[in-house]
Amino acid sequence: MKKIIILVIFITAALLVKAQTAEEVIAKVKAKLEKVNDYEAKGKMKTNVIFIKAPIANVKVYYKKPNKLRINNESGISFIPKGSMNINLNNIFINTEGFDLIDMGKEDKTAFRIIKLLPKDENSDVVLSTVYVDEQQLLIRKAKTTTKENGTYELEMTYGKYAAWGLADKVNFQFNTKDYKLPKGITFDYDDGSKKKTPSDKIKNKKGQVEIVYSNYIINKGVSDTVFQ
Amino acid sequence: MSTIVSVKNLYKNFKEIKAVNDLSFSVEQGQIYGFLGQNGAGKSTTIRMLLTLIKPTSGVIEIFGLNLQKHRKEVLRQIGAIIERPDLYKYLTALENLRIFAAMSGVKVSEKKLLDQLAMVGLAERAHSKVKTYSQGMKQRLGIATALVHDPQLVILDEPTNGLDPQGIADVRNLILQLSKEMNKTLLISSHLLSEVELIADSMIIIDKGEKIVEGKVNDLFDPAETIIELKTIDDESMYEKLTQSSLESFVHGKRNDCILLKLHRQQVPDAIKQLVNMDVPILSFHSKHSLEDYFLSLTTGSQHVEALKN
Amino acid sequence: MWKLLKIELFKIFKRPRTYIAFGAIAAIVFLIQIALKYDGKSYIDLLLSNLSGSFEFNDDFKDKLLNGYLICFVILNTLLIQMPLLIALISGDAIAGEANMGTLRLAMTKPISRTEYMLVKFTASFIYTLALLVVMALLALFGSMLIFGTNDMVVLRSEGIEQIKNFDVLWRYFAAFGYAAVALTTVSALAFLLSVFAENSIGPIIATMSIVIVFTILSEMNIPIYDETIKPYLFTSHMVAWKGFFYVKANAEGTTINGSIENLPAVLRSLGILIVYIFVFLGTAIWVFRKKDILT
Repeated sequence: MKKIIILVIFITAALLVKAQTAEEVIAKVKAKLEKVNDYEAKGKMKTNVIFIKAPIANVKVYYKKPNKLRINNESGISFIPKGSMNINLNNIFINTEGFDLIDMGKEDKTAFRIIKLLPKDENSDVVLSTVYVDEQQLLIRKAKTTTKENGTYELEMTYGKYAAWGLADKVNFQFNTKDYKLPKGITFDYDDGSKKKTPSDKIKNKKGQVEIVYSNYIINKGVSDTVFQ
Repeated sequence: MSTIVSVKNLYKNFKEIKAVNDLSFSVEQGQIYGFLGQNGAGKSTTIRMLLTLIKPTSGVIEIFGLNLQKHRKEVLRQIGAIIERPDLYKYLTALENLRIFAAMSGVKVSEKKLLDQLAMVGLAERAHSKVKTYSQGMKQRLGIATALVHDPQLVILDEPTNGLDPQGIADVRNLILQLSKEMNKTLLISSHLLSEVELIADSMIIIDKGEKIVEGKVNDLFDPAETIIELKTIDDESMYEKLTQSSLESFVHGKRNDCILLKLHRQQVPDAIKQLVNMDVPILSFHSKHSLEDYFLSLTTGSQHVEALKN
Repeated sequence: MWKLLKIELFKIFKRPRTYIAFGAIAAIVFLIQIALKYDGKSYIDLLLSNLSGSFEFNDDFKDKLLNGYLICFVILNTLLIQMPLLIALISGDAIAGEANMGTLRLAMTKPISRTEYMLVKFTASFIYTLALLVVMALLALFGSMLIFGTNDMVVLRSEGIEQIKNFDVLWRYFAAFGYAAVALTTVSALAFLLSVFAENSIGPIIATMSIVIVFTILSEMNIPIYDETIKPYLFTSHMVAWKGFFYVKANAEGTTINGSIENLPAVLRSLGILIVYIFVFLGTAIWVFRKKDILT
């Protein structure tokens, strides 16, 4: 009997969890993110684009509701990819007319809930966003956004100290890069005689990556609008 | 007297052209040595060989008893020279030019001595003027000053009076005499003008087509009492014939530039005129020429005259 | 030797012509600086037009990008192509100018060996080249640093972008200027060699420029059969190797390695080739001059 009770509880619990609809999951995740009105975060940014050699940059990331985001390299220069505003997850959910959600179930390996968001607004640049949600912690672990104009962005988050705010310690942002080539007549390159590398898969894929490792966040202490100008 | 310059069997060929052909001569200490020849006779080539500007095809040059090829620096240290035009750095002042050439000659000369040098050639007041503001004569004098600035034993001046006005020529001539007489320099002076050389030179050489025609002391080379008459008549051809068959035959020296040349002693001139008149020669003009100049011209314009004179 | 060198330098720096080059450099540098100061953004937009599809460039970014280091790079890029003319103006005149003035024959009657004379003349041209470079460094590098400030440096290459940290840039410029000195000395040696054959300086100056232009065109042309046959031997191909100091190494993740040079052996090889050229040009010049009859 005892066993049956335990089994019933388990099944009920499982059913309860299972019972969370995609809408509910998204709503909870959103609610968690909503707690953050603004933040200022320090971090180290690593750029990995096939045609760019960039040093690791010390950056400050500023965010303010509803969708303002700015990555500032305090001392040096950083190439900031288009769509990088999406590293703030809140921005995924901003759409004037809301979304149609498609529940794709769970990912096999990680058991993250896969939910697709289709903007109802036909004029939206975003065609489709797919989020991978850690249901227990209510954290988005991965997100893919396909846009009309700027290809596909992919986000991967690692959480730590700031998980309670839904803020990642590390964000990996992947984006599509377009071809880069300048005529030699402009650059007057030095040709050192070495053989040109054959294009690797990386070039063919044309994916760039930016990784930001945050060291600390200052949350809800107010951020001046001027930093976003 | 020791030999300062000794040139033996000097040759220089520019491809097929024999610019200097088996030339030998010597210059003694303290002499003013005239180096005579028409333009293109090989004077400049020879002088350039003496100054190591041109390498001889063959032959030996010894200066101060030293082989020039082997002791180039030592020898050049004791030579001052102007070759053709006295070209200097026009954008620099006279004093700056002088200082540069003194330093290049390997001597340190005080500012005062440089100014003295300029004073000697009469340029003290223009010491700080740029050379481009100088007249040809001033440039020439400055050129001489640069040639003398390191107090050389041997001074080589190539056509030093070229392009100068009569006053300039006289100035340079006096300067040369002063160098020789007062400062006891040995001078080698080239010119295509005999009148210039004969006034100052002790010895001279005349060259033509790269070859020596004659060399010796100026006094030995000609008799100052001898003169050449340029006679112009209405009909030179027949008059020449007539004269060669007359009592004046022994004086007839040849023809040049539509003139009949007569060579005779000064004292014989009045008598010769008398005879010409008696012979009814239709005289248009009768010029007495300086003998050395004519000597020079005859030597360098036609071998027949050369042969005649050698005899 | 030192005394003669002093004379040569005195002569060079007493000539008004010498200062044309300094004036020209100052003018070019100043014009580029002014243009970029007032219209740098359009220039940056032009350079970045290729990248604007993938990246966002705000004004702050452009301001930082347009810093003294980049400006100096732009100036060097333009100027090091024109500098050979200025160098040839003096080096091409070294012997031919003296011949033309008639002072060569006077100098050669002085107790100075012809080899010594040539070495002094060449050294003087070299010092002049250095002086030009120093002036250029002062104006183009330090001047731009003063006007535009410093920041990370971004070098746009035909197939990639190099980004170098602020603190890692200055030494590269010193190395680049050092390299440029050798590169320009090669041009100087060429003009110097040609100068030996001529009796006025126009010939060697024009000949030097013609050779540099033709060789540069050959070096920059993308014709595969020339890539391995002619290009590696043209000195002009190696003259731009100063840029090699601004090409950095990156690790597997594309992160710049501070203090690194992408292909130092290639830069050193180019340097070696230029030095060989200098010795060949200078050696030939001395050899010819020693045998030459001075007829001017």
